[in-house]
Amino acid sequence: MIRVVLPGHLRALARAGSEIQLDVTGPVTQRSVLDALEAQYPMLCGTIRDHVTQERRPFLRFFACEEDYSLEPPDTPLPEAVASGAEPLLIIGAIAGG
Amino acid sequence: MSKVRVLVGTRKGAFVLTSDGKRQNWDVSGPHFAGWEMYHLKGSPVHPDRIYASQTSGWFGQIIQRSDDGGKTWIQPGTPPGEKDAKQPGPPKGESNKFVYDTSAETGKPLTTHMWYDGTQHPWEFKRVWHIEPSLTDADTVYAGVEDAGLFRSTDGGKNWKELAGLRGHGTGPRWQPGAGGMCLHTIILDKSDPKRIYIAISAAGAFRTDDGGKAWRPINKGLYSQYIPEPTAEVGHCVHHVAMHPSRPGVLFMQKHWDVMRSDNAGESWQEVSGNLPTDFGFVIDVHAHEPETVYVVPIKSDGEHFPPDGKLRVYRSKSGGNEWEALTKGLPQRDCYVNVLRDAMTVDSLDKCGVYFGTTGGQVYASADAGDSWSPIVEHLPAVLSVEVQTLS
Repeated sequence: MIRVVLPGHLRALARAGSEIQLDVTGPVTQRSVLDALEAQYPMLCGTIRDHVTQERRPFLRFFACEEDYSLEPPDTPLPEAVASGAEPLLIIGAIAGG
Repeated sequence: MSKVRVLVGTRKGAFVLTSDGKRQNWDVSGPHFAGWEMYHLKGSPVHPDRIYASQTSGWFGQIIQRSDDGGKTWIQPGTPPGEKDAKQPGPPKGESNKFVYDTSAETGKPLTTHMWYDGTQHPWEFKRVWHIEPSLTDADTVYAGVEDAGLFRSTDGGKNWKELAGLRGHGTGPRWQPGAGGMCLHTIILDKSDPKRIYIAISAAGAFRTDDGGKAWRPINKGLYSQYIPEPTAEVGHCVHHVAMHPSRPGVLFMQKHWDVMRSDNAGESWQEVSGNLPTDFGFVIDVHAHEPETVYVVPIKSDGEHFPPDGKLRVYRSKSGGNEWEALTKGLPQRDCYVNVLRDAMTVDSLDKCGVYFGTTGGQVYASADAGDSWSPIVEHLPAVLSVEVQTLS
């Protein structure tokens, strides 16, 4: 079971709680986790990564185990602690704007 | 007993203001979608309890919301709340915010670039929906004007969107350039008397018209003079801020340009200036009285560098002669120390017997006049900066 923490606005959009649990088959990567997230919460399509290019939206970052994985290729395996469910993948909005 | 419902989009959420036909006492609901930029909300003339809303964010992109109960509850079209399993049979989910420019061969002239601020070509990049215009005849059909400028249409209640690519593809697209607020398609006017005619306006490209339902388009900017562009009378490149039309006279258009208030009596074939005695002819909003097609409203703003009313006095100007002769409407509006702006989609009129006029400010006030502008009072005074105001007249 993969754990994902969303920014507050996306939690409201998905009508989800503070932490989401996902079943991910195969390697646990940014792409596979986001695929599973969007399949379970289709209203989040396009809000984390672009609908067409599938690239991360520029003001969002991916953190896990106190490390920034935002610039890693989307198919790079996430840490074992995320794959095992010991640690969540944090999707974080940049602190910017008003 | 008639009622009015005012739909307010702000920088930090949407608000729904309701009153009876007297328009004196108001109920306020909101913020809906707190924290999100709500660029525009507009109700369907066919099914007034159906309201479409553009919810947007620099972080999370575009969302389309729809209410079918007058703004009490909302859904993302095609994605009912609580529905988690996208593998169920049925329409695709999560597509209601998918605005993809059409560059297919069928469009004839697929375009990939427009002019950037420095004069170089720049790829089209979808940013947000500025304006939503529900069809006059079908509650499931709705148009969206977007940044970077393009026109999209949904025929399934907002679930899926398809670009009317003939607008970008008609030939002048590479000469369109963003204004200070971005390259936005902000005005969509549907013509009740001719369902195939649509007017749109883009900052900074100008006004355009189709007469075949959106396939073929052409610029309608003859008579505009913009001294701030290299060729002041160019076919395109004008920073049009807003255009308004009275439904009973579809060939007559009023335009608030960056500078200049303009009028066309021939469906945009040519324009003449009607700024007349306005204290400044810079501004954003323009609208027409519901029952008097020659009565027009603007809110003059000091200049392009100083986006606030001249002399710190918030004044609506009304012309009862279709322009040129303007009177200041000040009763109930602050006449000192007022430095707000009124953005392009933030004025509207209701259709009650005595026409109501409404506008919102970047200072968070929404003012209403129940007597066609003779006097004003604030409905609310402390909202986030107001981006748009629309009103529905309900029976």
